[in-house]
Amino acid sequence: MIGLYSPGTSFVHRAPTLLKLVLLSLCIVVIGLSPDLRVVGGAAAGVVLLFVVARVPLRAATAQIAPILLILVVALPIQGFLSGWLVAALMAGRLLVAVALAALFTMTTTVTAVLLAFQTLLRPFRRFIDADRVGLLVALTIRCIPLVADIVREVMEARTARGTRGSLMSIAVPVVVRSLYAADALGEALVARGLDD
Amino acid sequence: MSTIHFEAVSQSFGDRTVLRDVNLTLTEHRIGIIGANGSGKSTLVRMINGLVTPTSGTVTVDGLNVARRAREVRRRVGFIFTNPDNQIVMPTVQEDVAFTLRRRGLSPAEIAERTAAALEQFGLAAHADHPAHRLSGGQKQLLALAAVLVAEPATIVADEPTTLLDARNARRIGELLHTLPQQVIVVTHHLHLVEDFDRVIVIEAGEVAADGAPAQALATYRDLVQ
Repeated sequence: MIGLYSPGTSFVHRAPTLLKLVLLSLCIVVIGLSPDLRVVGGAAAGVVLLFVVARVPLRAATAQIAPILLILVVALPIQGFLSGWLVAALMAGRLLVAVALAALFTMTTTVTAVLLAFQTLLRPFRRFIDADRVGLLVALTIRCIPLVADIVREVMEARTARGTRGSLMSIAVPVVVRSLYAADALGEALVARGLDD
Repeated sequence: MSTIHFEAVSQSFGDRTVLRDVNLTLTEHRIGIIGANGSGKSTLVRMINGLVTPTSGTVTVDGLNVARRAREVRRRVGFIFTNPDNQIVMPTVQEDVAFTLRRRGLSPAEIAERTAAALEQFGLAAHADHPAHRLSGGQKQLLALAAVLVAEPATIVADEPTTLLDARNARRIGELLHTLPQQVIVVTHHLHLVEDFDRVIVIEAGEVAADGAPAQALATYRDLVQ
């Protein structure tokens, strides 16, 4: 998803998105409830195996999992002293496995596949919810993240170029104004591409 | 070629008049529209697929009144914007092209096939799964073209498609516009782009200042901007 998708043809990539989502949720529930270190350890080994099978680039995988390690560096000793090292190890293992699995899902599933899965999930409610529209909404939200990030970067650069160091307002106002312009243009493009209802 | 007809078209935003009584019939294969910033040329071409509805007068495409039957007209007329960033709606290259083919009653296999063919044609096949926002400016404009042409419109309207591009990419897009079988209407400041078009129209202060063969129209425009 977003910029994180890493293309591939492994069975992890090809597995149906809904199946992946269900297994991801199930696995997280199971390791969340299990008080046994062996279960969590087994799950961790399984996740490592899946990463290898999916041939996700090592660097991309590390970038996904590193932030949680930073949290654990602080949280693990605290939990260890307060409630025992077994609980601390369980907590760390659960977090790591959950984050790694979610990252694997993100890196092996395209946005289109997630949208289609959403639409399938929403189908029973189609009398109340237009699944197509929800899908488009999610897609546009994802697409707008880099768009707004670019706007913020350009506004910061313009500020630096002029040598001014103003308040938060001096960034916020041009960012909001330019985002609205971009939204207008995006709307026009959607209309031109046939989404005019 | 489609017949695009402007009849007594005027447009004003508040008390600012942008176009004044424009009458044009466009039937040629390649038509260039040039004029100063703010002359009204972008507004004029936006009327062709109903992005702007004229304050008075009518625009028709093959006899279809754009104001009333915009949806049908938009299936015949593809539009390329200046800034491809605003035209890309989906996160990856392939998904953005496939997005055009939604709701057209095509099977997923047909969509995949046509998307792949379009990416191949525009040299983007190697980037199919890449995030669209990481492409270079030239590649983004190629993607915008691919996403429009995959729907096989009869007419392409391009509003300054090369303004944001470097010289090489501008030439590449220009060459593509020259080889398309579709009717092409291009608004541009890159005058050499339209030098061998079939017809060039000069818009000045909301009116048609010159209309005809490129050499003559470009000469008029050069005089105007002196």
